[in-house]
Parts: sequence; structure tokens; C-alpha cells
Amino acid sequence: MHTLRETKMIVNRLKHLLGAGSALFSTLVLWAMPASVQAEWALNLPRPVTEIARVQYDLHMLIMYIVTVIGVIVFAVMFYSIVKFRKSKGAQPAKFTHSTKAEVIWTVIPTLILIVMAVPSTKALLLMEDTTESDMVVKVTGYQWGWHYDYMEDDVDFFSKLTTPQSQITGSETKGENYLLEVDNHMVIPVGKKVRILLTARDVIHAWWVPQLGGKKDAIPGFINEMWVRADETGTFRGQCAELCGKDHGYMPIVVDVVEEAEYQAWLASQRNSG
Amino acid sequence: MTTTVADHHHDEVPKGITRWLFTTNHKDIGTLYLWFSFIMFLVGGAMALVIRAELFQPGLQVVDPHFYNQMVTVHALIMIFGAIMPGFVGFANWMIPMMIGAPDMALPRMNNWSFWLLPFATSLLILSLFVPGGGPAAGWTIYPPLSVQGGMGVDLTIFTIHILGMSSILGAINIIATIMNMRAPGMTLMKMPLFIWTWVITAFLLIAAMPVLAGAVTMLLTDRHFGTAFFDPAGGGDPVMFQHIFWFFGHPEEYILILPAFGIISQVIPTFARKPLFGYTSMVFATAGIAFLSFIVWAHHMYTVGMPLSGELFFMYSTMLIAIPTGVKIFNWMATMWRGSMTFETPMLYAIATVALFTVGGLTGLMMAITPADFQYHDTYFIVAHFHYVIFCGSVLGMFAGVYYWLPKWTGHMYDETLGKWHFWLTIIAFNVTFFPQHFLGFAGMPRRIPDYSLQFAEFNVISSIGGFVLGFSQLILLVVVIKAIRGGKKASAEVWENPEGLEWTVPSPAPYHTFATAPEVK
Repeated sequence: MHTLRETKMIVNRLKHLLGAGSALFSTLVLWAMPASVQAEWALNLPRPVTEIARVQYDLHMLIMYIVTVIGVIVFAVMFYSIVKFRKSKGAQPAKFTHSTKAEVIWTVIPTLILIVMAVPSTKALLLMEDTTESDMVVKVTGYQWGWHYDYMEDDVDFFSKLTTPQSQITGSETKGENYLLEVDNHMVIPVGKKVRILLTARDVIHAWWVPQLGGKKDAIPGFINEMWVRADETGTFRGQCAELCGKDHGYMPIVVDVVEEAEYQAWLASQRNSG
Repeated sequence: MTTTVADHHHDEVPKGITRWLFTTNHKDIGTLYLWFSFIMFLVGGAMALVIRAELFQPGLQVVDPHFYNQMVTVHALIMIFGAIMPGFVGFANWMIPMMIGAPDMALPRMNNWSFWLLPFATSLLILSLFVPGGGPAAGWTIYPPLSVQGGMGVDLTIFTIHILGMSSILGAINIIATIMNMRAPGMTLMKMPLFIWTWVITAFLLIAAMPVLAGAVTMLLTDRHFGTAFFDPAGGGDPVMFQHIFWFFGHPEEYILILPAFGIISQVIPTFARKPLFGYTSMVFATAGIAFLSFIVWAHHMYTVGMPLSGELFFMYSTMLIAIPTGVKIFNWMATMWRGSMTFETPMLYAIATVALFTVGGLTGLMMAITPADFQYHDTYFIVAHFHYVIFCGSVLGMFAGVYYWLPKWTGHMYDETLGKWHFWLTIIAFNVTFFPQHFLGFAGMPRRIPDYSLQFAEFNVISSIGGFVLGFSQLILLVVVIKAIRGGKKASAEVWENPEGLEWTVPSPAPYHTFATAPEVK
């Protein structure tokens, strides 16, 4: 069903990827590679553009380093045992069955590591849950299968649906650059403003998620959830519904344009006129 | 331990189909459970291959999105309730009486019934795929309101869960009754093999958790048909309440799936390290600790539903605590291997792989415990990678270790070691090729449960699908190994391995139809 070009593209990328060798299959790869390479191959969380996303990213990297180190130590000890204590090399089994000292050490050290992890995590949560002093509010409503955006204070509202044509999905046409990540009406927010986002749903549970703007949150019928976003830079950021919501769950993307304040005001005005 | 030769005088095995229909023999019922589990493993695996075929490339090629969602849902339900849980009950049936020196399970007729509920239950589930509207398509978590929208297939699923729950509870009662009442003289609680300990704790988890799920799906049923509004906001209900109830069952369920595997590898590693299990007492308490914690961490599956800050903090801290008893277990296994005298037959290879790869899953679990980071990980392929590392590498590889370990005892023949090693290496390599890249897909932002994806996810999905197909077909080797061992092969001695610990090795191989008619003395 695929066009030849697409298949070739995938094969080429695959070759490119396999070229990295076995190192690819190790989180260590994240240490060794510059950020730009990571972005291209999409190995890590995408580059954060809000404070929340940045805090999440830093926390994610911190924990990943910690668990990678723990993992490497565990694996190293196991490999050492496997190599060293083999019967075929004449290893004689020891008789010990416990060691209070060792057991205390491997209970206390993980506890300390957990405390080290809990402190920044708690701080991050406090930051994320603080939706006070926002500059503006947008109400986002999920429905099967698209999103509705309501700028309540400015009397602007619109629906936002996937625009990728069916022919690209079924493969009779070449897939575009933003395949499955393009919508008719973008959500637009001003840069540097604290935007409080209210989330709800009309039918089933959805989840609104633009990775670069920060974490996701569920949009639940009968509930109003809230989250906030303050974008550091302008640009177009894409995401997807993250909670299984039926047949077209994979086809309800989110596109957010972060623009300068003046441009935002102009956009609001044009929306009001057209509405 | 002294040994008592098994009593042979009424060792007459019934013939024909009635043997299997009416059997009350723990070994027969164990065999039925294990075969049933393996068949379901292949059925669920086939569904996984439908998923991987569709995800091989972006776009829709193989199935439509609604059927894809059914595959995602039924794959999980079949694997959890059809393959893994019955598999471990099969081990329990075969091994618990032989390991505690009992002649059979405490409640043999109930034992027969708890097995024969299973084929009917899973038939209903598979049947649901063929009714109008298709099978359940809301994920195995069947969250309302989506699951309320589904057709008759959802009702069949609800009944499936009821019947499977009954079967599990009956099995759990039987296991507790057996272990509490039928241990050989001298086998005190703290002398029980660790497999027995993990199963008795698992059985208590089952009794506590399964009725909760039954309640949740019954409320779903009455919401669907009888005008209640437990989960319907339009009638004053609360869709999030379902998630709380579901995960109050769901998290203990994960330990139901993993603890017996921990028990198995705690038997296997000492045998092949030729060294007693390190830290037996701390193993027992760590298992109990994990079981307790499993009831107070449920909401870490639903950080994004909009809980109050205090709730998010509580569930983050309690979830992080699980790392401590789990770490104790991992370190104890490593210490058992340390300064041992190891050989690497297939059961040992699987046991080592279980420890190593479960560690990977445990560590990614720790990452997900961190609430702020989980707001990124939640419902992505990172989660899919995590729980396959935990459930496939913990539960399934642990089960494989057990199959190879006890197969000579069950069949009386050694299995084909060469084929066993092929099975091991193909499984391990293919598993990692399939699931390791999914960590990266999750980081990069690929949501789970989507049939189609944007182009930046294409490469890793190709790799993952190739791995998935190799993984799936490699499992047929296990079938060949088991059939070969049943048909013949090198005769196994009573001990099978070099000085293994445990009463099961004091009876001949294959284990006679009735063992321990006279209780052995344990010193």
C-alpha cells in the first residue's frame, strides 16, 4: 500500500539508525550524544518550551541518570558473578545465607536515594499545581474526535479537527510532513503569558497533551480539570490526545501556535469578526 | 530432610477424556491449567502480532481502528487473565502439594471446578469479537464512559471477568487452605520454600482484589443496562470513581502476576548457584511488604485525572517506597549468586534474565513514580515498554524458568537442552529488540493505543515489529520442547539437578500420580 518513496525513506532512516550499532539499545546513548542528534532521532523528551516542561525534563534526566547508574551497577555485579563464580571454572560454593550488614546497607542506601529524588519532585509538583495569578483562561473540551477551544473572556470559540486527508492515511497519497499532526484551527496563545487551561469533555475521557508545553491532563465529562502553560518562545507545537477515546483516538491532534502579544490580539480580533 | 517413598499401591491413572473432565488430582489439574495457559499465551500472542503488523508502518494497512482497539483490549485481557494467572495456578497445583509434603490440594473438587470455569470464561471473551459491535475496545482498563458506549461485546467481557474472578478466588481459597493445613510435620511457616510463601501471599491478594474488580464491572453493567449512573456525570455519577476502584484491584493484580514468579526464581537460583537462598527471612518480609504497599499506591496509574496536590504527593511517596522491598529481593538474588558455583542450564538462564530484565522494568517504574515526570510518560509507549519489561520479563520469563526447572519432574524426561537454549536466546534478544525501542518512542511522545502514528515514530516501530514477530514465533520452540519431553528423552533421576533443595525432589521422576500419601518428616 505504501508508495515506493516512503518505503525508501523508511529503509534509509533504518540504515542510518542501525549504523549506530548496539549502543543504540542502551540509555547510555543519551549521555554520549549531543542534544541536536537526540531531537532528530527522537530518543528523548522533546525540547521543553515552558517552565513546567523544563522542570519535568530536568527531573526526568536526573532520575534517568540515577536509575541508569543503579542499573549499570546491578548489571556489572551480575556479569561479574556470572563470569567469576562458574562451576566450570572450579568455583566452590560459599555457605553464607545472610549478612545483616549487607542487608542494612542495601535498605538504607536506596532509601537515601529516594529522598534525594523526592525533594525536587515535590517542588516540581507544587509549581505545576499552582494555577493562580494567570493572565488568561482557555477552556478546552474534548469530544469524539476533536477539540473545542473557548476563549471565554474574549468571546471566541472554535472547533479544531484533523486535516490529514484519508488518502494519506490509507497510503494512496504520500504522507505529508505533519502527517496526523495537523488541524484546521490552531489554538493560539500569547508568548510569556500564564495561560490557565480548563479541561473537560463532552462524551468520554480524553487527555490534552502537547509534550513541549508540559505534561498532559485528562479531559473528563462532568469535571473541570486545570493546568497552566507559559510559553518562553513563539512557534508551533504539536501534540495528541493521550487517553483512549474510541475509534479515532489516534486522529485527534492538538496544534498550538505561540505568538507575540500583538499578533495574538490581531488573531483574537479576526476570530471575533469571522465568528 | 528425610524422605518417604511415595505410596504406589493405588497409583492407577484413569483413562480417556473423563480423566480430565472429572479429575480431582492436583497434578492433572495442574497440567490442565498449564496447557490452558500456554494456549491462551499463543492466542494473546497472535493478537499482539496483529497489533505489531498494523504498527509496522505509519498509515492503516491491516485492520481498521476499531478492530485495532479490540485487539489491544483483548490481547491484554487474555494475557493477564488467560495466560499468566492460570499459568501460575498451574504451578501452584503441581508444586504446592509436592513442596509441602501434602497428598493433594485441600479442596480437590473445587479445584476441578475452578479450572473448568476458565475455558468457558475465555470463550465468552473470544466470542465477543464476533458479536455485533465487536469485542471490548476500551482497553483492558475498560474505563467508562467509553466502555459504556461499547456493544454487547462489553457485556460478554464483564461476564468473562465475573467468571474468571470466581475461578481465581476459588483457586486462592484452595491454595491458602492447602498451605495452612496440609504441610508435612516439621514444616513450619519459616521453613516453607519461598515459592510457597509467594503463593500464599498472592492468594490473599487475589481474595482481597478480585471482588473489587467484580464490583466495579457489575456497576458498569448496571450503568449500561439498568439505568444506574455510578459513573455517568449526567446522572450525578463519577467516571473517575471507576478508575479508583479499578486500580485498587489493578495494582495488587500486578503483584498477583509477579510474586509467584519471584517464588519460582527463588527456587531456581539456589539450585544452580549450589548455594542456599540468601536472606530467606528478608525475602519473606519483602514479599509481604510489597503486598501491603500494593494496596496503597493505586492512584499512580491515574496521576493525570486531576487529583488534589496532597493526593498526588501521597501516591508518589508510597509508590517510591515499593522500590525498597523490591530492591531487597533483587539484591538477595544477586547475593545468592555471589560466590556460588553456577551452571547455566535453561532454567538458570531464564532466572537470571528475569532478575536482570525485571530490574530494567523496576527502574523505569521508579521513573514513572515521580509524578511530575509521569505527566510526560503517562499513556505513552514508555508505559508500554515498562509493563512489558515487568510482566513479560518478570512473570513470563519466571514461568519459563519454572517450566524448564520442573519439566523433568513432571514428565520424567530431561528436556532438549539445545532447543531450550535456542528458545532462551531468541526470546531474550527478540524481546529487547521489540520493547527497548518503545522507551524512546514514549519519550518522543508516541501515545499508546493508537493504530497509526506520525512519521517521526516510523523507525523504532519497524524495529519493534520485527522483534515482535521473532518473539512470537520463537515461543513455538517451547511447544516442541515440552512435547519432546513428554514423548521421551533422557530419563530424569529423582533429584534431576545437583542436590536441589525441596521435597519435590525426593519423589521419583515422573512424579507418581499420588505422592506423599504418608507425610514426610521435615527436620
